[in-house]
Amino acid sequence: MRTGQQIKTVAPKPTEIWRHHHILDIDDFSREEIEFVFQTTRAMKEVLSRPIKRVPALRGKTLITLFYEPSTRTRLSFELAAKNLGADAASLSAPASSVAKGESLVDTLSTLQALGADIVVMRHPQSGAPYIATKYMEASMVNAGDGWHAHPTQALLDIYTIQEHKGDLKGLKVVIVGDIMHSRVARSNIWGLTTMGAEVTLCCPPTLLPTGLGGQHRQLPQVSIEHDIERALDGADAVMALRLQLERQRSGLLPSTREYIQLYQLNQTRLARAKPDALVLHPGPVNEGVEIASAVAHGPQSVINEQVTNGVAVRMALLYILAGSPKQ
Amino acid sequence: MTKPLLIKDGRIIDPGQKIDEVGSLLVAEGKISWLGKGKAGPPQADCDVLNAQGLIVCPGFIDLHCHLRQPGYEDKETIASGTRAAARGGFTTVCCMPNTNPPLDNQTTVEYVKSRAASEGVVRVLPIGCISKGRKGEELAEMGDLAASGVIAFSDDGKPALNSYIMRQALDYSRAFDLVIIDHCEDTALTEGGQMNEGIISTRLGLRGMPNAAEDIIVARDLALAQLTGGRLHIAHTSTEGAVELIRRAKEKGIKVTAEATPHHLTLTEERLIGYDTNAKVYPPLRTERDVQALIQGIKDNTIDIIATDHAPHTEADKLCEFAFAPFGISGFETALASLMGLVHNEQLTLSTLIAKLTGKPAKIIGDKQGRLGTLAVGAPADVTIFDPSLEWTVDTKDFASKGRNTPLSGEKLKGRVMATLYQGKLVYKDDSIKVKER
Repeated sequence: MRTGQQIKTVAPKPTEIWRHHHILDIDDFSREEIEFVFQTTRAMKEVLSRPIKRVPALRGKTLITLFYEPSTRTRLSFELAAKNLGADAASLSAPASSVAKGESLVDTLSTLQALGADIVVMRHPQSGAPYIATKYMEASMVNAGDGWHAHPTQALLDIYTIQEHKGDLKGLKVVIVGDIMHSRVARSNIWGLTTMGAEVTLCCPPTLLPTGLGGQHRQLPQVSIEHDIERALDGADAVMALRLQLERQRSGLLPSTREYIQLYQLNQTRLARAKPDALVLHPGPVNEGVEIASAVAHGPQSVINEQVTNGVAVRMALLYILAGSPKQ
Repeated sequence: MTKPLLIKDGRIIDPGQKIDEVGSLLVAEGKISWLGKGKAGPPQADCDVLNAQGLIVCPGFIDLHCHLRQPGYEDKETIASGTRAAARGGFTTVCCMPNTNPPLDNQTTVEYVKSRAASEGVVRVLPIGCISKGRKGEELAEMGDLAASGVIAFSDDGKPALNSYIMRQALDYSRAFDLVIIDHCEDTALTEGGQMNEGIISTRLGLRGMPNAAEDIIVARDLALAQLTGGRLHIAHTSTEGAVELIRRAKEKGIKVTAEATPHHLTLTEERLIGYDTNAKVYPPLRTERDVQALIQGIKDNTIDIIATDHAPHTEADKLCEFAFAPFGISGFETALASLMGLVHNEQLTLSTLIAKLTGKPAKIIGDKQGRLGTLAVGAPADVTIFDPSLEWTVDTKDFASKGRNTPLSGEKLKGRVMATLYQGKLVYKDDSIKVKER
């Protein structure tokens, strides 16, 4: 296959920098690995700019998406990425209830293995579920979100999007506002952004902040906590709002959604505290009028749609790299 | 009648009798019949000989906290398999928790466990009865009946007695029988849905955490109730720095409290959870190095009276699943001594302290109604554990006698190994390298 010629910007040989057979979390990615993904992503963006957005780099490979939780953009993004690279993509929707009914995840994964999957992309409501794969499956596992734990491809596309606008991330102030506690996107972004040298400020009510990140338990020097959104946004280069799940109020973490909006909604007045060219990101789906004002979500600083576009390119890059990586 | 057995030239350690020297032990008719220091020979010539040179000979271990799962969960463990696992681990007395199905909340189920133990068990099984009927925490179980049928303590283990009124009544009522109330200290409002210790690791893993405070709160409450009633309280599986401190202060005030810690809480931290090993999922959760050090300090200054395994076997299928769906528990009998010996090898505990916490001290909590346990005194039942303090071995769960292979130590290299276990003078476990010869 003439892949090398068909993808214009030739990426460095995977084996030299790349160490992963699975993509489970971003916290074990080195800076070099992330940069390698971005370099490959740029090549994929070039492919996507062509009239025929296809290269046959993954011809003959089978990718299966296995989603135990609903998803629109992530699943579609992976399937498009696979198709753009010429892979065969199939999908299995497994409602979370089938797990409870006794069909074990290990059985499902070994079935996918027997069906000839080379790459399995899985979303699962339980943190750590994709780690089971590493013990019982030869195919590469790509974590498309597990519980509160990780969403590595989302973080990579977020960081890529910031880098496209701002260049080097070193010293940039990135603010993440919202429900950090229950957010896999926040976690993966914290590890990824700090690896790339950014300073991360987390802004949320104290009840939505997981232990160990701030205050008396602070263990990560590049992460700071600011419960006041206006102070948090001061001089920010990028701000990411997170979806607020409405059940948080029911579980006693918040007095009311109304109060949350008053205290933490990303609106225009508050955004004015950030740098004038600060980027606004959101992993979607957006609860307009709750965690983010509509005018901000659709405003000139918003890169929410670019995130979606970049998502396809980043996932193409990851699939391309994984297909060429040695089995571990 | 089997021939007497001479356990020869071992290092005999019996902290209760303040013995720690090389000597020999003669076992006859199920009892310790003679103990000789140095090179002294026994009065009796006709006996078999077990050469214990280079090995430690001590009272058989007593485990105040284990789960034998029978009746109700025989796929996880039975009295037959569990007592064999205990014997492999050097335990000659095991106290089984009442969270079976049906629970041990009445004389009939206790009698069932005792009769099974008598016919199928290889070591002494002492049941623990429920505090409340059906372990529901609503009404006291018939403690008098349970005491008469031979339970050695009361507990609703697996659950705390959350209702403070019931806990007060239990501590008060049980005084009539001079038996301890063992509480599993967990404020479940703070641990609901919890999977592991709350801290930076739970944050990294995206798992719901359980804070130390959930344990500390119930320990503090129980201590206040023990003070109020004068009842005997025993804190199960202490795991937090705060609980150790609370118990220490309560003891200074003269409150009747004893406490245990498990081998896993004394040797492992929450970092074991990285990679989502469901075999490291246990309640209370593995905590931080700071808590581990506080527990070791508590063991040293006798704030923590004993070490108990909380042996909690589960099937492979139970644990082979998403982390949140896996049950809590570690199969502990067969690795307990070896993992604890790590604390001796790195000089955090003395051998004599370790043995005391596994023998004489738990015997004291059980009391003397069950005979003289945890001692090598002449005339006591010949419950003897013989172990090699420095033999290295690799944990292979395929060798386990327990049906539960759920241990985070699988594949781990440990130093220290049980070589033989005698229960009432009978060899109930013996390593292949140990030979019994005629004299």
